[in-house]
Amino acid sequence: MPQPGDSDSRSAVDILIASDRVPANARPDLLTEDDIWALLEEIKDPEVPAVSVVELGIVRTVRWDGNELSIDVTPTYSGCPATELIEELITEALRAAGFRDPRINQVLTPAWTTDWITDEGKEKLRAFGIAPPEGSSSKMSLLGEPEVIACPHCGSKDTERISEFGSTACKALYRCKECLEPFDYFKCI
Amino acid sequence: MTQAEALQEYLLRLADSDMILGQRLCELCGKAPALEEEMALMNVALDLVGQARNWYEYAAELIDDGRDADKLAFRRDAHHYRNLLLTEQPNEDYAVTMGRQFFFDVWHYFTLKSLTESSDEHIAGIAAKALKEATYHLRRSSEWVKRLGDGTEESHRRMQDAVDILWRFTGELITPDDTDRVMAEAGIGPDPDQLAQDWRGMVKEVLTKATLTPGAEDAWMYMGGKHGEHTEHLGFILAEMQFLQRAYPDATTW
Repeated sequence: MPQPGDSDSRSAVDILIASDRVPANARPDLLTEDDIWALLEEIKDPEVPAVSVVELGIVRTVRWDGNELSIDVTPTYSGCPATELIEELITEALRAAGFRDPRINQVLTPAWTTDWITDEGKEKLRAFGIAPPEGSSSKMSLLGEPEVIACPHCGSKDTERISEFGSTACKALYRCKECLEPFDYFKCI
Repeated sequence: MTQAEALQEYLLRLADSDMILGQRLCELCGKAPALEEEMALMNVALDLVGQARNWYEYAAELIDDGRDADKLAFRRDAHHYRNLLLTEQPNEDYAVTMGRQFFFDVWHYFTLKSLTESSDEHIAGIAAKALKEATYHLRRSSEWVKRLGDGTEESHRRMQDAVDILWRFTGELITPDDTDRVMAEAGIGPDPDQLAQDWRGMVKEVLTKATLTPGAEDAWMYMGGKHGEHTEHLGFILAEMQFLQRAYPDATTW
């Protein structure tokens, strides 16, 4: 059975008809799920522009339902003001690629966790000056002591927490006692 | 009361309590005692308003009378609000602000924890997300209660006053009514006895560490928020919170 993204199995007529439904020169129906993931990797998080929405684990699934593209995204925090903007950015990018009516679904289950941030994403956070989440969210205890957080600037583990909350819901504020620089820590949830 | 009616009622309670406490905290925006505290309070408020929105959206879907989440939040009057009386109490000094937060957070934490296992999958999903946030809130507010209670003579006095002032509103958190019982029996809401036991246990543990004395278990309690009978404060909160939506109903851009 030919898949919608599988160009080899489609005749020239199929492609011609398909192209009639989308803006000139754009052939979104020829894009594979991998192509779409690559496209989404270009979209940066509006509040943490060092990483993409894919690296942060916000995009959960990309799939073709017949001829319709469906993308699941999940908010990082219940009240994260960036959630709607991210959905708009994704819609915009897909429109630019020729999709007329991309379907973006917001899913709450399973709840987003920092464990989903890719290793590459964590490295990019560090390079950007944000200490990436330490440890695994599933092992955190309710009133447990915070992990040792390494300074993203000099690597020292001699750091202290200034505030449990930082410039956005997902971050806390720390200070390095070695290089004396303050820095954001991406909280582990 | 049918199970469907109880569910709508229960969702509005969850939503309204989050919304009103979120709004109360936002009153401190621009005038919190320290910059770091301001960031923390506003982040907690943001989490609560976000959670309220999730509950309202689900409630709107079930109520299905054309009202959306915004209309439920901004176009209902005080007697239709179902929030816990504790959440509408004024900020007063920082001991009261953090004491109110602590009593609420303990209730919130155990309620959400139980709701993650709700037989209603939609509720379980919203709760799983909210629980991560509420855990962080509780860690912070319990630290404050301990720091102030076991701090200086002055901070101890104020924190004890806060416990004494707020205690009469805590009974409502752990006293079930018909709606709570119907929800528990359906496996949707928490078991009331377990919730009461968990709440009392943690409150006692933290207050003891904070060298504070809890109120009496049989103290007279103000209840009624869950039924729309509020203290004098709620009307003022709504007047400010709902002004724009009342003045320009159905406006699509602000």
